[in-house]
Amino acid sequence: MTETGAEERRLLARRRLAERIFKRLGQAATFFGVGVLGVLLVDVFSDGLPRLGWEFLTSFPSRRPETAGIYTALIGSLWMLSVTAALAFPLGVGAAVYLEEYSRRSRLDRVIEINIANLAGVPSIIYGLLGLEVFVRIMSPLTGGRSVLSGGMTMALLVMPIIIIASREALRAVPDSLRQGGYALGATRWQVVSRLVVPSAMPGILTGTILALARAIGETAPLITIGALTYVAFVPELSLAGLQTPFTALPIQIFNWVSRPQAGFHVNAAAGIVVLLVVLITMNAAAVLLRNRYQRRGMD
Amino acid sequence: MLLPTRSHSSLSARSERPAGRRVLESVIEALLFATSAITILTTLGIVAVLFFETVAFFQEVPLWRFLTDTEWTPLFADKHFGIMVLASATILTSVIALAVALPIGLLAAIYLSEFATPRTRQILKPVLEILAGVPTVVYGYFALLFVTPLLRAIYPEIAGFNALSAGIVMGVMILPLVVSLSEDALFAVPVGLRNGGYALGATRFEVATRIVVPAAFSGIVAAFVLAISRAVGETMIVAIAAGQSPQLTLNPFVPVETMTAYIVQVSLGDTPHGTIEFKTIFAVGTTLFLMTLGLNILGNRLVRRFRERYD
Repeated sequence: MTETGAEERRLLARRRLAERIFKRLGQAATFFGVGVLGVLLVDVFSDGLPRLGWEFLTSFPSRRPETAGIYTALIGSLWMLSVTAALAFPLGVGAAVYLEEYSRRSRLDRVIEINIANLAGVPSIIYGLLGLEVFVRIMSPLTGGRSVLSGGMTMALLVMPIIIIASREALRAVPDSLRQGGYALGATRWQVVSRLVVPSAMPGILTGTILALARAIGETAPLITIGALTYVAFVPELSLAGLQTPFTALPIQIFNWVSRPQAGFHVNAAAGIVVLLVVLITMNAAAVLLRNRYQRRGMD
Repeated sequence: MLLPTRSHSSLSARSERPAGRRVLESVIEALLFATSAITILTTLGIVAVLFFETVAFFQEVPLWRFLTDTEWTPLFADKHFGIMVLASATILTSVIALAVALPIGLLAAIYLSEFATPRTRQILKPVLEILAGVPTVVYGYFALLFVTPLLRAIYPEIAGFNALSAGIVMGVMILPLVVSLSEDALFAVPVGLRNGGYALGATRFEVATRIVVPAAFSGIVAAFVLAISRAVGETMIVAIAAGQSPQLTLNPFVPVETMTAYIVQVSLGDTPHGTIEFKTIFAVGTTLFLMTLGLNILGNRLVRRFRERYD
């Protein structure tokens, strides 16, 4: 009798030990990701920060790593991002409004929904092939070929599913009572949507849009595929003609520098990454701030 | 409260001309429908572009040679088009990425869902999400200039470009996807099932591994499948760190060229439209598209299944 008691206690101790070991393993696994993130940031910042300065931000690319800068890449990225935002925001929000507020759940509407889910999983380089054929080649009289416009349009298609999915979530969170209040006042559907539903979903929509644009600014593969240049010694003009000129972008410039054998260019790449990460952190912080403000208002 | 004060007057002004308003309403609805139809056009565009260029490719290269040739040399004078060379590299780097991301991701997901306090969970989940927001070109830099030298310090035989380093870093990149999707699946398992286990005297470890994980199995598999799809389509890490040497090998220590890295290689050069080299990137793109599409459809179906079961 006492012997089986001891046996049971030993078994219980073993089971508790397994529990403790498993918990530690789980913690280690969770902190693995956090740890790698830390190592990556320290590595990049320690390589790149000393190289960073006003000159680096305002210099044109160069064959000599010490004098090369990211001016054209930075301006190119901002240009491309403006095109992307100007296209993807209205189109994405429009599509989300249609699917949430107008859709009659017809077969076609369901096909659109499934299609959006699948588009979000298409590798970005495939969008690059689409952009290469449609925007760079077929539409070249309009876009000017391998231009800022082609890049921005390709990116717009790439981030549209993200904006749609986020905007739909924001629209879904708007309470029905708000819509009913509008209808009770005799408003039409569009009046309810444009003056009540969309404004109250706007913080969520903007958060999703900022995150989508953050994705666009770091995307490299589609831009390589459509043939964004790696060496551009001029800045696109602020005009329609400027939109049709070739361009380079921040991640392209980084890729170009990483691919060179000289260590000097690797340092430049690290400095470029620091700039890219600062831009991304700023955008994400803006998104978080927006979201927090929105949540507070929701509670009032 | 959110109602703008002037809207009441403008609403009543509009309602005085109902016919015009009805027309306006249907025009707006049509416009909104058109914006959502753009997503359909995008898919049709992708399919059409891939289809036409790939058909043109197969008019010059027979399908059986594409599938059975063991060499890939479209950029040389003696051209060979064996897709298995590029596909093997894609599979190799993806398998390495999965070997990193699956065990670590699943353990982390179980920890976050079953062991961590709500506060820890609230802090750690967003931190892991940051990993998903790091641009892949940054991961490429990290793989080539940090992980590869580290691996070579341990084992000097490894080449400067290799599948191992790219695969490991890709594993880190897909880690947040594995964690967040499997955690969703684990978290969705009803508390009643867990309580049943505790009532039988099971420890938390036993409840987690024998009740929660099996109950969330289809969701976890979905997370894995979607992670594989992401790894297969990933471009910059492999283009930077795995090399551009198309060779049929499963050796993780030597340079290889994945399907995506090949598309990058050709795109960087000045390849004129209409040449066979140009068409190859679409044939490779089609192969890539079909692989990821199949995986995504399977993964999304599995996600829907576990959501339906417990919602």
